[in-house]
Amino acid sequence: MSRQEVVKSNSHMVQKEMITRNYDRITGGTAKVSSTFVPGNLNELLMCFDIANNLPEINAIQNAMRKKSGEMIAEAERSGHSEDVCTYVKADIGMMAKGNIAPNGKPFPDPDVLLLSYTGCFTFMKWFELLREQYKCPTVMLHVPYAADGLPTKNMRDYIVKQLKEDVIPVLEKVSGVKFDIDRLREYLRKSAIAENDLVWMLESSKRRPSPVDCYFGGVYYMGPIFTAFRGTDECIEYYRLLRAEIEERIAKGLCAQSPDGDMPEENYRLVVEGPPNWTSFRDFWRMFSEAGAVVVASSYTKVGGVYDYDGFRHDPGHPLESLADYCLGVYTNRNLPTRVDMLARNLVEYEADGLLINSIKSCNSFSAGQLVMMREIEKITGKPGAFIETDLVDPRYFSAANVKNRLESYFQMIDQKRRAGGSAAAAGA
Amino acid sequence: MRTFIGIDLGSTTTKSVLVDENLAVLGRGITNSRSNYDVAARVSKQEAKIAARFTLFRNALGKDAEHLLSDLERNFRLEQFLSALRQLEETCMGYLDHPRFQGTKTALRGSLDAVFRKIEGEAQEIYAPGAARKSDFFRDIAGSRFMNLAEAACREADIPFETMLNIYDKSIIDVESRVDPDETVAVQMKNGLTRSLASAEGVGVDRGEALSALGTVLAIELEETYVVGTGYGRVRLPFPKEHIRSEILCHGLGAHMMFPGTRTVLDIGGQDTKGIQVDENGIVTSFQMNDRCAAGCGRYLGYIADEMKIGLHELGPIAMKATRVPRINSTCTVFAGAELRDRLALGERREDILAGLHRAIMLRAISIISRSGGVTNEFTFTGGVAKNEAAVRELRKLLKENYGDMTINISPDSIYTGALGGANFALRAVLN
Repeated sequence: MSRQEVVKSNSHMVQKEMITRNYDRITGGTAKVSSTFVPGNLNELLMCFDIANNLPEINAIQNAMRKKSGEMIAEAERSGHSEDVCTYVKADIGMMAKGNIAPNGKPFPDPDVLLLSYTGCFTFMKWFELLREQYKCPTVMLHVPYAADGLPTKNMRDYIVKQLKEDVIPVLEKVSGVKFDIDRLREYLRKSAIAENDLVWMLESSKRRPSPVDCYFGGVYYMGPIFTAFRGTDECIEYYRLLRAEIEERIAKGLCAQSPDGDMPEENYRLVVEGPPNWTSFRDFWRMFSEAGAVVVASSYTKVGGVYDYDGFRHDPGHPLESLADYCLGVYTNRNLPTRVDMLARNLVEYEADGLLINSIKSCNSFSAGQLVMMREIEKITGKPGAFIETDLVDPRYFSAANVKNRLESYFQMIDQKRRAGGSAAAAGA
Repeated sequence: MRTFIGIDLGSTTTKSVLVDENLAVLGRGITNSRSNYDVAARVSKQEAKIAARFTLFRNALGKDAEHLLSDLERNFRLEQFLSALRQLEETCMGYLDHPRFQGTKTALRGSLDAVFRKIEGEAQEIYAPGAARKSDFFRDIAGSRFMNLAEAACREADIPFETMLNIYDKSIIDVESRVDPDETVAVQMKNGLTRSLASAEGVGVDRGEALSALGTVLAIELEETYVVGTGYGRVRLPFPKEHIRSEILCHGLGAHMMFPGTRTVLDIGGQDTKGIQVDENGIVTSFQMNDRCAAGCGRYLGYIADEMKIGLHELGPIAMKATRVPRINSTCTVFAGAELRDRLALGERREDILAGLHRAIMLRAISIISRSGGVTNEFTFTGGVAKNEAAVRELRKLLKENYGDMTINISPDSIYTGALGGANFALRAVLN
């Protein structure tokens, strides 16, 4: 269905170049390399040790968008991994089995350290056990307690800070041979907070009508630098400044959000979306929304690496290790269901959305559990309609275009009916 | 007159409903979806128009005409059959001009002629009063007779049966894809009425009055004011976007039109099962459906029937004879086939296994409904599977077990629910 060239903005091109540069650094053979995960990652801390940051989820996404994940998953399944296991994991394991080639065409080096922080996803632990088995490298674990009561406690924060001091930092010092310098960390965190301010400005720009950005399909691009290897860098600050300028220009021109095919001509529906997108048919999936004039004004997946808008978190150079602890504790997947419900319900109201759409991921247990209950709760709180679609992260076999389209069309038409009726009496009047 | 049409393009059958400006259903049409939704849409629409003419004719003649009407319908179908048969013969004969039939042309022509004369001769009998037909589709009726007769004819003429079969296979598609224009239909109706009036005695309707009434009805132009397409094939139709509605909304609205008190709708179609919640005005408030796996949908029953070498319509009646309902674990087409053979091998009774399969389908449906928000009074079951009495029996049991006593609606026209909703949307598009 890729009918034409995808339209890319300037910031998009800049980000692409940043990612390429990071892959070149990872595969360059000069820097020490750590593998770690996106949610609540400790990028600024790794930078303190000059360690390059490699993120297997991002590699899986890159491979999915290049239509390579299917064969990698098949490879992992041939070696015995079950059909139901997280497909990010299988894409990564399959990539290793097929030569471990990075998107820049060069082989990934063996990691020097595995930095495991499991914020809400316990599959991560098994994933790194497999990698440790393969690479026989040091594994440092950061245990992030689940915020079961909705709010992290001081005790939790202290527990994380203690682990950082006693386990994480010493291992990273040993692996890198670089002595930890807390002032260096403070400087990186100061830079993080600057970029984070612009990121939040971007997220909140979708409160406007029409929204100048799509905070799901567009949002997963916009969140790239802040959630990966760039938080704490000058180029990250520059990226978000550029993005902000682009969006300000769009606002000045009264433009709708961008779609894969250029600017959406009109904004018919405003949605809040819960759950990750499908990456293997990303653009086809996006078009199902943009062709109907549906824009996503807020989404949970753009907070999976860290939540900045809900309770105003910013990295704090004044309290560096405590700030890292708060960041890890606060990522979306580490929050309990009532908090996730509250977050999405608030988004629905504050962003004047027409409804909530849940994309339930077949192979993601940590995201998908409880989603139907969340949907019912949010419907009850806001009075706005919810809908449910089912796809997968990076397994092309689980994306059924006709089925997804069917549900989306029904949902859009359902919103139309409700609107026309202003209740529903008028629609039934004919 | 202005009419409004809804077409539901299902994966197995395509249905049309034609309504007037007052939302009164004038006609319904159904055909198999084949591989071409465009043709299926045209055929089912034409069928709905034909049914509408019958309705108008009935209205014109009044209650006394029931006997004549049913006789006319039978004779009209005979006329349609003969017309299609002539087309089939012409198409078959046309293929003989191909150079590869140079040597066998005369023999083939002779055999085809013999076969068609024979079927033509049988036509009256096939459409005789009270005669049971296994299918209403021309392909099925003519096809089965052609196979039988051609085999004998080929043996007699010493020509390969395969060749005849090949010619038939190529030709039937052309005939099936042809949709008679209104003028041809009018002639068929007139001829049908002539046949009825000549043979039917005591119809209680004056001959002149009937002919004049039919003339009047045929002269009415059934203007297609607005057509709405729904169902899985809807995106294949050459319709503008605003003429297309989701089947979930159409089923919800259609069920509301049939049973205004309904709040929960279950639709089991060929490829998907939908649990739909509607409000007091028929507006969908919530829905859930199966994901890409069509386990437990209508097609699953088709596979089971094939596996057991029986007709789809025989499944329900056989399952009704069950004395116990074993627990079948899978509604997956592949697994269920294996489980079926497994149980047969262990000596379980066919009727019991089938009852278990029906229960398994309904268990899955109940789960989809509960995901859509559960069941509230009244409940309506729509789609092709609603005609299956064993499926309905298991559904009733499960609803009672899970939700207690409630009103369960099943319309004899349930298969047309989506098309009916579509027709209503068509009308609203113009009148609102």
